[in-house]
Amino acid sequence: MSELNDLYQEVILEHNKNPRNFHEMPDANYRADGHNPLCGDQLKVFLRVDGDVIADVSFTGSGCAISKASASMMTQALKGKTREEAETLFDEFHRMVTGKLDIETDENVLGKLRIFAGVLEFPARVKCASLSWHTVHAALHGEEDASTE
Amino acid sequence: MVSAKQTSDFDLDTVRADFPVLSRKVHGEQLSYLDNASSSQVPNAVIEREIKYLSEEHSNVHRGVHTLSQIATNEFERARESVRAFINAAEAKECIFVRGCTEGINLVANGYGRKFINEGDEILVSQMEHHANIVPWQMIAEQRGARIRVIPMNENGELIIDEYENLLNERTRMVAVAHVSNALGTVNPIREVIATAHKFGIPVCVDGAQAVPHFRVDVRDLDADFYAFSGHKMFAPTGSGVVYGKQEWLEKMDPWQGGGSMIRYVTFEKTRYAGLPEKFEAGTPAIESQIGLGAAIDYLNSIDLDAAFAWEHELLGYATEKLSAIEGVRIIGTAKNKASVLSFTIEGVHPHDIGTILDQQGIAIRAGHHCAQPVMQFFGIPATARASFAFYNTKEEADRLAEAIEKVIQVFG
Repeated sequence: MSELNDLYQEVILEHNKNPRNFHEMPDANYRADGHNPLCGDQLKVFLRVDGDVIADVSFTGSGCAISKASASMMTQALKGKTREEAETLFDEFHRMVTGKLDIETDENVLGKLRIFAGVLEFPARVKCASLSWHTVHAALHGEEDASTE
Repeated sequence: MVSAKQTSDFDLDTVRADFPVLSRKVHGEQLSYLDNASSSQVPNAVIEREIKYLSEEHSNVHRGVHTLSQIATNEFERARESVRAFINAAEAKECIFVRGCTEGINLVANGYGRKFINEGDEILVSQMEHHANIVPWQMIAEQRGARIRVIPMNENGELIIDEYENLLNERTRMVAVAHVSNALGTVNPIREVIATAHKFGIPVCVDGAQAVPHFRVDVRDLDADFYAFSGHKMFAPTGSGVVYGKQEWLEKMDPWQGGGSMIRYVTFEKTRYAGLPEKFEAGTPAIESQIGLGAAIDYLNSIDLDAAFAWEHELLGYATEKLSAIEGVRIIGTAKNKASVLSFTIEGVHPHDIGTILDQQGIAIRAGHHCAQPVMQFFGIPATARASFAFYNTKEEADRLAEAIEKVIQVFG
């Protein structure tokens, strides 16, 4: 059960229970829908970008603890970041959960998001952790839909 | 009060020993395989039959004059005869070999639909169908300009029969209903559904994937026009499956796939089709899988099958009672007549998290929408966790399931 504790850490359980920035955003200037066709989970992300800076970001939807906590912590991480910084985070997060970035040895700016490295041991759950990131990435690139397919 | 003691005289230990995978461990824990509605496990008799076929008997069927081809053909057709006897079809040629239940329904939708469904016609499907008995009908409806109408169900997950009868009319061309719901476990009153449709002269296509592994099915007693099921849910290999069709319908229908085997004579101007069943079996079939299906049926005939089914039913009742007693657990699908399937949710916990935590304890269940998204929409939930039983499961496994669920509630407290 030790691997399980790596996945369902206190921080993740807490974000699942009390997700941050969990609401719609009427004045968002970027938004996108994310779908995980495997489980039917759906998620909406909203961003308000002022100039080059992500002034605000939020999400709504239903999902498992991993996807909800990941979306919640993502919104915290992205607020106030420039587009370029957001792109770096997306890239590093994606590489971390797919095993292409080792948080111990490879330089990264993931900070608290490193908690999701444990998802690597659960291949069926990688998409749960990355759905919100794919959705934000799609929104910032002017696409309306993202899928983990 | 439920008792953990087995009350029937079914020889569970001997049957469990027939399925080698059941003794393995997962994450260091003894496996409890409770995902039988997705795919069941395979007994030694089937594994050994496949090994024998592949090491001594393999060749293509219905083609060669050489010995191996003749043996393969004989064994393939012997499997078809086993299927016929098992579902009590009148003729073996009414049992078309397909890749699984999904392909069987697609065969019916295309073969029947292209011939008999026209603009303005209606196809009835039920609210509780698996996507396999919705999407093929939607596709043919779109091609033919027909429309889909839905037989509703109640909060328990039972078909509302009065409303079904009101939906039948002179435009109805097909009724497509599951014998047992894969998401809810409901056993539908399929004989009654068929008899009502027949009063209007309308054929019925039954999705029997979740029925054949759990109780005896007699297609002639049901008077089913079409009845499809998968081998891999009844202890046979994947790639095996059957769609039964009444000879009179199959002969009127055109084939839906063209190719080798399904022809009598081919020129560039015109092709004459083969007779049944080859007309619907284009290309080389999954020979070893279908022979494996025959071996699975032989296996089922070798055990006390009625006792096995009775045991499984007792187990479903036992597990239902256990889970219902846990605070925060909601059973989805509370029909009076159920088989094998126990779908549930836990308040505040997503089914995928339940699935992962159970897996870490060696317990395999399914979590998700079970390819029945309209069922999820009906109950206003994104997904369920689903334990599904076979006759080789034990009450100890049901107890482990209940304990593991308590653990999930603890983690998410």
